[in-house]
Amino acid sequence: MKFALKTIAACVVLAASSLAIAQKGETVKMVRIDALTGLLGPVGITQQKTYQFLAEKYSGAGNPAGVKFEMSFIDNKLSPTESLNALKAAIDQGIRYIIQGNGSSVALALSDAVSKHNERNPGKEVIYINDSAVDPDLTNSKCSYWHFRFDADTSMKMEALSSFMVDQKDIKKIYLLNQNYSHGHQVVKFAKETLARKRPDIQIVGEDLHPLAQTRDFAPYIAKIKASGADTVITGNWGSDLSLLVKAAQEGGYTGKFFTYYAAATGTPTALGTNGAGRVYQVAVGHSNIPGPMAKMQADFKAKYKGDLSSVQFVHIFETLGAAMAKAKSTDPVKVAAAMAGIKVKSFNGEIEMRKSDHQLQQPLYMSVWQKTDAKNSYSLENTGMTLASVKEYPNYVSSTPTSCQMKRP
Amino acid sequence: MEFFIISMLNGLSYGLLLFMLSSGLTLIFSMMGVLNFAHAAFYMLGAYVGYSVARFVGFWPALVIAPLVVGALGALFERLCLRKVHKFGHVPELLITFGLSYVIVELVQLIWGRTALAFKPPEILQGPAFTLINHSLNGLSLHLGAVPLELCSAADAAIRVVCSPFPATRGFMMLVALVMLVVVWLLLTRTRVGLVIQAALTHPGTVEALGHNVPRVFMLVFGAGSALAGLAGVIGGSTFLTEPAMAAAVGSVIFVVVVVGGMGSLSGAFVASILIGVIQTFAVAFDYSVATLAQQMGLQLGDAARNNTLTKLTLSQVAPILPYLFLVLILIFRPKGLLGKRED
Repeated sequence: MKFALKTIAACVVLAASSLAIAQKGETVKMVRIDALTGLLGPVGITQQKTYQFLAEKYSGAGNPAGVKFEMSFIDNKLSPTESLNALKAAIDQGIRYIIQGNGSSVALALSDAVSKHNERNPGKEVIYINDSAVDPDLTNSKCSYWHFRFDADTSMKMEALSSFMVDQKDIKKIYLLNQNYSHGHQVVKFAKETLARKRPDIQIVGEDLHPLAQTRDFAPYIAKIKASGADTVITGNWGSDLSLLVKAAQEGGYTGKFFTYYAAATGTPTALGTNGAGRVYQVAVGHSNIPGPMAKMQADFKAKYKGDLSSVQFVHIFETLGAAMAKAKSTDPVKVAAAMAGIKVKSFNGEIEMRKSDHQLQQPLYMSVWQKTDAKNSYSLENTGMTLASVKEYPNYVSSTPTSCQMKRP
Repeated sequence: MEFFIISMLNGLSYGLLLFMLSSGLTLIFSMMGVLNFAHAAFYMLGAYVGYSVARFVGFWPALVIAPLVVGALGALFERLCLRKVHKFGHVPELLITFGLSYVIVELVQLIWGRTALAFKPPEILQGPAFTLINHSLNGLSLHLGAVPLELCSAADAAIRVVCSPFPATRGFMMLVALVMLVVVWLLLTRTRVGLVIQAALTHPGTVEALGHNVPRVFMLVFGAGSALAGLAGVIGGSTFLTEPAMAAAVGSVIFVVVVVGGMGSLSGAFVASILIGVIQTFAVAFDYSVATLAQQMGLQLGDAARNNTLTKLTLSQVAPILPYLFLVLILIFRPKGLLGKRED
């Protein structure tokens, strides 16, 4: 038996080597330009660790193309200007894969700069991988051939969120509290639009925009929300803006529901603690308790980096890149970009597709709720003993939204 | 009504936290003439040291130990660094504290990491201090501590009941700030040590001739100022969040407080902190913008003007920049600050 296995293994190795492919063994240098310092730094740091973890896991035999992923990181301090400098520096170092995510304000600037660079420097094209910026403009009016988004945009998340609210008859009055920049504005816009369509009886009793990553004390906002009589708050806040908000809500005795995008991101589970069970929801492209390979990945990550792998869409990035490089038989960004457009890949939660028309990843969306860990939902977020458990899943065709993108293809 | 009371208390408690912070800053400035840029960093250090100490011996001892540790570190810094550059004048002093602020912030992140810590207040402070119940029939009533859920909901849908708890941490924050104000004031004006400190400020030569160790007085003042920041850190860190950016978040606001109140004036700092806390809290509540104001005054705005980003900007949106606006106005119209004495 052992001999038979060895023979098979040897045959496989021989077969693989006879099909020796051009890109195999090549190193793909990638840079993530994101905030590692400042108020939102902790989120970026956890994501940096996630990239280190995934690059190691997916390198070599971990991906069908057999390439090695090498990550580097530049702190952009959440500033578009700094990001453009970082982009220049990365290109000068010969890096052709640019990753960014936190801050749609930065993403819009980077997408534009990458398009211009590629137009002016044929032969030196770079690909921009957007892992988290969810402003719908990036795949609509301002879409670019070189930009690939792996998170679900606000139009998709709001579509799922409002579909979920159709069955939540106790929601009658909603308050919109968001950060005052492009992302927050889009959340407000799409929340109003989708709710008017699906739950016209819901009343929007108030809306507020506060500065990004500056507010320390949300108690005044909570007092205002309570005075408005809202039973539910919708917020696209992330990082400290979400953790401090939920903390103030608990202290201020606000008993309404929270519908969030990023309840699992660094800092917020700790701030939520054991409170808020059953009242805090998250709409996202995943959660920690998805059955399948996710559980092992989460456990390995926690063992090595003592944090949570909450940005699960990063896994899609490596799955897609590996598949696209194998398909293109090259690591050249021009060929990989062409291969990536329209590619269908099997990832940890089923088949995902990088839609050709706008480069928005089509993937399942999950509505999850904050609760105590149990047998089915066993992953404890930030060791709080609490977790986000799935309450509703939306397959690709449900979460998909139309695009107005008129892409200029090279 | 309960909205007004809770907002007022929120504003006062935030203002008092600002006061705890700025009192140390203004103390050091008025006694030594050093504008301590590292003050917010000491605040952060207080929170992190408090967190670590509290894990071993509990919150209450940490409330005493952490400020002492931070105070000792502050005194050590004065003794080893600040004193060396003192003879070169104020600019090098300012620069060395500026550098120190970065060193502390980075060191803290190296030791404790870059993510938020779960610094929880003790059990007794975790609930509400009191709860305001606004009953549409019975009116407003006040209950100490938390109230059972039944009291907050009415069986009859026509009756509206709203419970507004006020967190005990905030009440405790106010209490500590007030006690601190009284103690510092008594210490400075009613004790021998206070008299020596005040004398050393204006007439260091004479005080030294009388046999007092003036450099040591300065060291103690700097240490005491840092300790106050550390105390504020333990309370602020457990009430809000203990995280790497906490120094940056309050750093600029406390300078606003000190400038608005008047450089070196303890009472000025008190008035300015309360003022800024209350203004900032209440500004959030108002959705007035230029457009709505114009409408109320009977002005008809065109479509272009109504949809202009500037005219749509509400007071609640600009709330966070109000302190800085206040700073600019004070510097223009009353450069010495609200209660400041110096004209220079």
